[in-house]
Amino acid sequence: MTPPILEMKNITKEFPGVKALDNVSFSVQEGVIHCLVGENGAGKSTLMKVLSGVYPYGEYSGEILIRGVPQRFSGIRDSEKAGIGIIYQELALVPEMTVYENIFLGNEIRRGMVMDWNETIRRASQMLRKVRLDINPATRVKDLGVGKQQLIEIAKALSREVKILILDEPTSALNEDDSQNLLNLLRDLKAQGVTCIMISHKLKEVIAIADAVTVLRDGRTICTLDAHKGEVSENVLIKNMVGREINHIFPPKEHQPSDEVVLEVRNWGAYDPNLGRKILKNINLKLHKGEILGIAGLMGSGRTELALSLFGNSRGYHLEGELYLHGQRRQFSHPHEAIRAGLAYLTEDRKGNGLILIQDVKQNISLANLEEISRNGIVDNNAEVKIANQYKMVLNIKTPSVEQKVMNLSGGNQQKVCLGRWLFARPEVLILDEPTRGIDVGAKYEIYTIMTQLVQQGMSIIMISSELPEILGMSDRIYVVSSGRIAGELSASEATQEKIMQLATD
Amino acid sequence: MSLFRNAQKVLRENIREYGMYIALFVIMAIFTITTRGTFISSRNISNLLNQTGYIAVLAVGMTLVIVIRHIDLSVGFLAGFLGAVAAIALVFWKLPTWVVIPLVLGLGVLAGCITAFLVAQLKIPSFVASLAGWLIYRGAILLVTAGTGTIIIPDATYNAIGNGYIPDIQVIPGVHNLTLLLGVVAILLFIVNEISDRRKKLAYNFEVLSTDMFILKLLFMSGLIGAITWVLAGYNGLSWTVVVVLVVVAIYHFVTTQTVLGRHIYAIGGNPEAAELSGVSVKKLIYVVFGSMGMLSALSGILFSSRLQSATTTAGTLFELDAIAAAYVGGVSAAGGVGKVIGSIIGALVMTSLTSGMNLMGIDISLQYIVRGAVLAFAVIFDVTTRNRGK
Repeated sequence: MTPPILEMKNITKEFPGVKALDNVSFSVQEGVIHCLVGENGAGKSTLMKVLSGVYPYGEYSGEILIRGVPQRFSGIRDSEKAGIGIIYQELALVPEMTVYENIFLGNEIRRGMVMDWNETIRRASQMLRKVRLDINPATRVKDLGVGKQQLIEIAKALSREVKILILDEPTSALNEDDSQNLLNLLRDLKAQGVTCIMISHKLKEVIAIADAVTVLRDGRTICTLDAHKGEVSENVLIKNMVGREINHIFPPKEHQPSDEVVLEVRNWGAYDPNLGRKILKNINLKLHKGEILGIAGLMGSGRTELALSLFGNSRGYHLEGELYLHGQRRQFSHPHEAIRAGLAYLTEDRKGNGLILIQDVKQNISLANLEEISRNGIVDNNAEVKIANQYKMVLNIKTPSVEQKVMNLSGGNQQKVCLGRWLFARPEVLILDEPTRGIDVGAKYEIYTIMTQLVQQGMSIIMISSELPEILGMSDRIYVVSSGRIAGELSASEATQEKIMQLATD
Repeated sequence: MSLFRNAQKVLRENIREYGMYIALFVIMAIFTITTRGTFISSRNISNLLNQTGYIAVLAVGMTLVIVIRHIDLSVGFLAGFLGAVAAIALVFWKLPTWVVIPLVLGLGVLAGCITAFLVAQLKIPSFVASLAGWLIYRGAILLVTAGTGTIIIPDATYNAIGNGYIPDIQVIPGVHNLTLLLGVVAILLFIVNEISDRRKKLAYNFEVLSTDMFILKLLFMSGLIGAITWVLAGYNGLSWTVVVVLVVVAIYHFVTTQTVLGRHIYAIGGNPEAAELSGVSVKKLIYVVFGSMGMLSALSGILFSSRLQSATTTAGTLFELDAIAAAYVGGVSAAGGVGKVIGSIIGALVMTSLTSGMNLMGIDISLQYIVRGAVLAFAVIFDVTTRNRGK
C-alpha cells in the first residue's frame, strides 16, 4: 500500500475549559474522496482548521505529515503552499468583484508591478472549464447563485494547484440539482488526481461518494471505514456518530401535558429575500399546554429560522401559512406583537442578539416588559430593582448586585439573565433556542429544573437543541427538522438518538 | 488625611464620570490665571454661556443620535435655514413670535423625520442621508436669502431669546436678586434630591458613597451652582438662552434616565438586534431620535438668529461638527449605547471655554483650531483607555 498523502497523528487542541480535539488521528490516501462525519461539536471543523493552519503550529499538539514529510504551518499561506485548499461553509468570495478577480484574489497574475488582466481572464476561463461552469468570467459574483459560487470557490482552489481539497458542508446551502452537480464534479476531480476531504451531515451523499469515512465524536476519532470493503452504511455511521453516553442528569418528569393546543402552525413556509431561496417549507406543528416540545435538527436545518419567523419575523422573511394561538389566527409583524400575545424567544446567540452586554443585570431583565414597571412612560426604578432581585433569587443568578454589568458575568449566569428577561415578559409559550449552549453542567441542570417547574405551572415550552441527550432527556414530544421541513415527529417513548439522527440527516 | 485618601479613591474609581468636570474646572482655572481674572468675570461667563447655547442644544440631540449608532451632519445648515425661515416669517409674513417659534420647531421635526425616513425605511447610512441634507439645507439658505442677503430682525420679543435676561425683583441692589433666588432654590432641590436618592439606595442595600464623601460631593456641587449663580448675578442675571438650555437639558435628562423611551434608546444603542427581539421597534425610535434632532436644530437656529438679530447667508456653518465634538468630549461612545446628555453639555462648555479663553488671550485662530482638535482627540483617548481599564 502506498503511504497516505496526509497523516494527522495524535492531534490535541484545547480551548479554555474544553478539549476540542483529544488525540485525534486521521489519515487520507492519495486520490480518494474521504468524508468526515460527526455531530455538531464533534471536532470536525476544528480538525480542518488545524490542518489548514488557522490554528498554527504550537497551538495544538501532534503531528501533520504530507507524503510522510512533517509540516509546521504558521498560517493559511503555509498550508496553501503545501497544496491544501479549504472551502468553508460561509463562502469567502467578494460579491462585488468579477469571477476572474475572485479566482485570482491574493494570487494575482502580474507582469512586473501591473496586473496582467488578459492572462488572468484566460487562466480563469481554463479553471471554469475544469469545474464545468459555463459562464462569462467577467460576471460579478453577486449575480450568481450559491451553487455556482461554490464552484468558483473550487476553481479558486484549483488555480492554486491544490493537492488536497477540503470542503466543509459544501451542499448544505444547495438544492438537489446543484448538490448532484457538485458531487459529480468531485468525482471528476478525483479522476484528475485531486484528493478531497468532505465534511458532511448528509449521510446519503456520504455513502454515494465516499471511498473512506472517518467518524469523530466528542473530539475523538471513533473509526475509519472503508467503503470498498462494504463497511459504510447509514446505520453504521449513525451508530458511531451518536454513541455519546448520556452523562447529564435530568430532573424527573413529573408534569403531564394537557390536550389543549396552545400554538398551532399550518402549512408554514418562509422565503428569505436575502438568500433568495425558501428556508422553510410546509411546516405543521402543534404545541400543547404544559408541554416541552423538542425540536431537533442539525445546525443550518432551519430551526432558528422557524422560531424567528413565528416570533414576529424580525428578519423580514416572506411568510406563508397560518399561525393559531388558542385556536385564533394571528399574525405578528414585529416581535413586540408576539411578546404581547404571550410568546417569548430566548436566542441561541446570547451575546450577539440576546443581551445588552454594556448594560446591567436589571436593565437586561426588564427590557422586554418595561410597561409593567412604568406609569405614563416613566420607569419606576425601585420596582425594577425589586423585580430584578426577584429573578436573581429565583434563577440563582450569581452576581454581586443587579447593578453589575452583564459582560462581567459567566456564560451560565448570562444565560439566566436572558431567561429572566423572558420570564418577566410573562409568556405562555416560551421558545428556547439552544438554552444550554456553552454553559457548565451545574448551570445546565438548574435551567432544566426551571423548565420543568415552568411547564408544571402551565407554560408551554419549545426547546430547540442540537444536543440529542438534552432533547431526549427533556422533551415530551420531538419534531426533527431537516432542510427547512419537518422530517418526522417522535414521541418521547419511541425516540432514540439513532432515530433522530436518521431523520436529521435525511 | 483619611478624607483626602477617600476622595482620591472615589475619584480614581469614577474617573470617567468626573473626568469632564475636572477638565472643565482645570481649563477655566488656567484661563482665569492667564487672563488675570478676565475670563471668570461676570460679563465674560455670561457671554460664554450665551455663546454655548445654540451648540449646546444641538449637542443634546446629537447625543441621542450617536447613542443609537447614527450621525446627523445636516443639523448645522438646517439650523441656519430654519433661522432664516423664522426671520422671513417675522419680517415678510409679519407673523408674531409666538406663532413663528412653534412653526419653525414643527418644520424642524419634519426635516428630522425626512432624514429618519431615508435611514429607517430606505436603509441609507445616516452619514450619507444627512450629508445630502447638509448640501440641500445649505442651498436652501442661499435660496431664501438670495433676494435680500442678510435679513435684519426688528422684533424685540424674538431678539430677547438670544440677548435678553430674566426680569429682576429689586431687594438687594447691585446684584440680580431673582437669579440668586433661583440659584438657592436649585441648590436646595439638588440637596433634597440627592439625599432622598441615597436613602432609597440604602434601603435596597446598594453601594453608596461613604457619608463624608457624600457630604463632600454635596458641598462641591452646591458650591459650583452657587458660584455660577453668583457670577451671573453680578452681571445681568440669568439670560433667556441659559433658561432655554436648562429646560431642554432637564427634559432630555429626564427622558433619557427615567422613561421607557429613554431605556429603549439606550437598548438600541447597546445592541440593536437584541432590542428588536425584545420588542423594541428600532425603526420607530429612529424617527423619534431624528425628529427630536430636527426640532433641536430649529431651536438652535432660533437661538442663533435671535442672538445675531438677523439671519445671515452663512448661519449654521460648522455647527454640526461643534455639536459632534461636544458630544464626544462629553463621553458619548461611537460604539453606541453610551453617553449622557449632561456630559455633552459639559463637553459643549469645554469647547466654548477654550474658544473664549483663547480669544481673550489673543491667540491666533489657527492655533485655536489646533488646540481644540488636540483636546477632542485627548478626550476620546481618555474615554477609550479608561473604559478598557474598567473591563
